Amino acid sequence: MNFLYQNIYYIGAFGLIFIGLYMAAAKKNLIKIIIGLGFIDTGINLFLIIIGYVQKGTAPIFSKPGLNPAQMVDPVPQALVLTAIVINVAILGLALGLAIRLYRHYKTLNVRKIRGLKW
Amino acid sequence: MRKIISFILLIVIFVGIYFALAQIPYGKNKMNVSKHYISNGLKENGAANIVTSVVLNYRGFDTLGEITILFIGAVGLGMILFGFETKKKDIKPASLILKTGCKFLFPFILLLGIYIFIHGHLTPGGGFQGGAIIASGFLLNYLGCSKKRISEKGINIIESLGGAIFIVIGLLGLFLGDYFLLNFLPKGAVNTLISGGIIPLLYITIGLKVGAELSGIIYKLME
Repeated sequence: MNFLYQNIYYIGAFGLIFIGLYMAAAKKNLIKIIIGLGFIDTGINLFLIIIGYVQKGTAPIFSKPGLNPAQMVDPVPQALVLTAIVINVAILGLALGLAIRLYRHYKTLNVRKIRGLKW
Repeated sequence: MRKIISFILLIVIFVGIYFALAQIPYGKNKMNVSKHYISNGLKENGAANIVTSVVLNYRGFDTLGEITILFIGAVGLGMILFGFETKKKDIKPASLILKTGCKFLFPFILLLGIYIFIHGHLTPGGGFQGGAIIASGFLLNYLGCSKKRISEKGINIIESLGGAIFIVIGLLGLFLGDYFLLNFLPKGAVNTLISGGIIPLLYITIGLKVGAELSGIIYKLME
């Protein structure tokens, strides 16, 4: 129980990455694969935020006087995640555009029926 | 069979990751870089939000790369979907709730987005979040009042202007001081609207650029 209590955030983050990788590897529908990519990205963002956490920390904003700088969480992973989210939007948009193109060309979204994407 | 194989492969990968990451302590210390940012960021940049001052000043060059990636994504989407005839299906008119909501809410959504990116150096939020909110307003506009269209030319102009102003501000720092994106304006009092030197200006340009780009992506995907 103690193990679960201490590692629940890591379990959540890696659970999301696991679900995403499994969807990208095993599913047949192209849209589901793209959703899996989104899951992977969310899990990685969550993981980065968790690494920067400090016990009983506050957000790194000096919004009122008297906040202790030693008690603030790490701002660098948060800035990185801000970058990663935007890049994820660009990637998902591009992937959806490619999926539209593929559907128009092959009349299907089933990866097994599209030549060249079999495994 | 395929599913079982991929499941076993993933289990193997994740056991490896677990043993590599088990040594990282949870919720303990910070890196030296972040200690420097937190203790000196207020003096050096004057922005109350340390994340903003990391994104736009200490790592401003990364942010320039990031908006470039978003721009390339939007251009790539336009290239992929270029010359794509859509069948003119008869679109059902939107319901009364959607129409009325779009008419009343659209200006307020724009206002909220602008508020969030102007106050990016004081509160959580900033250019990217404000831009996303503006794009959601345009999505509502597209769904509800589809007769009023935004012009693609206008989107392109705002996008290019945003990127160009960002680079010009950075180059001004190079000319007036030592390095690209130097914070050359006076810092002002902490926790007031006009503080933080160039940070609010940069966030306004980023907000406009991201808003224009995301609305462009939405329009390209909906057509």
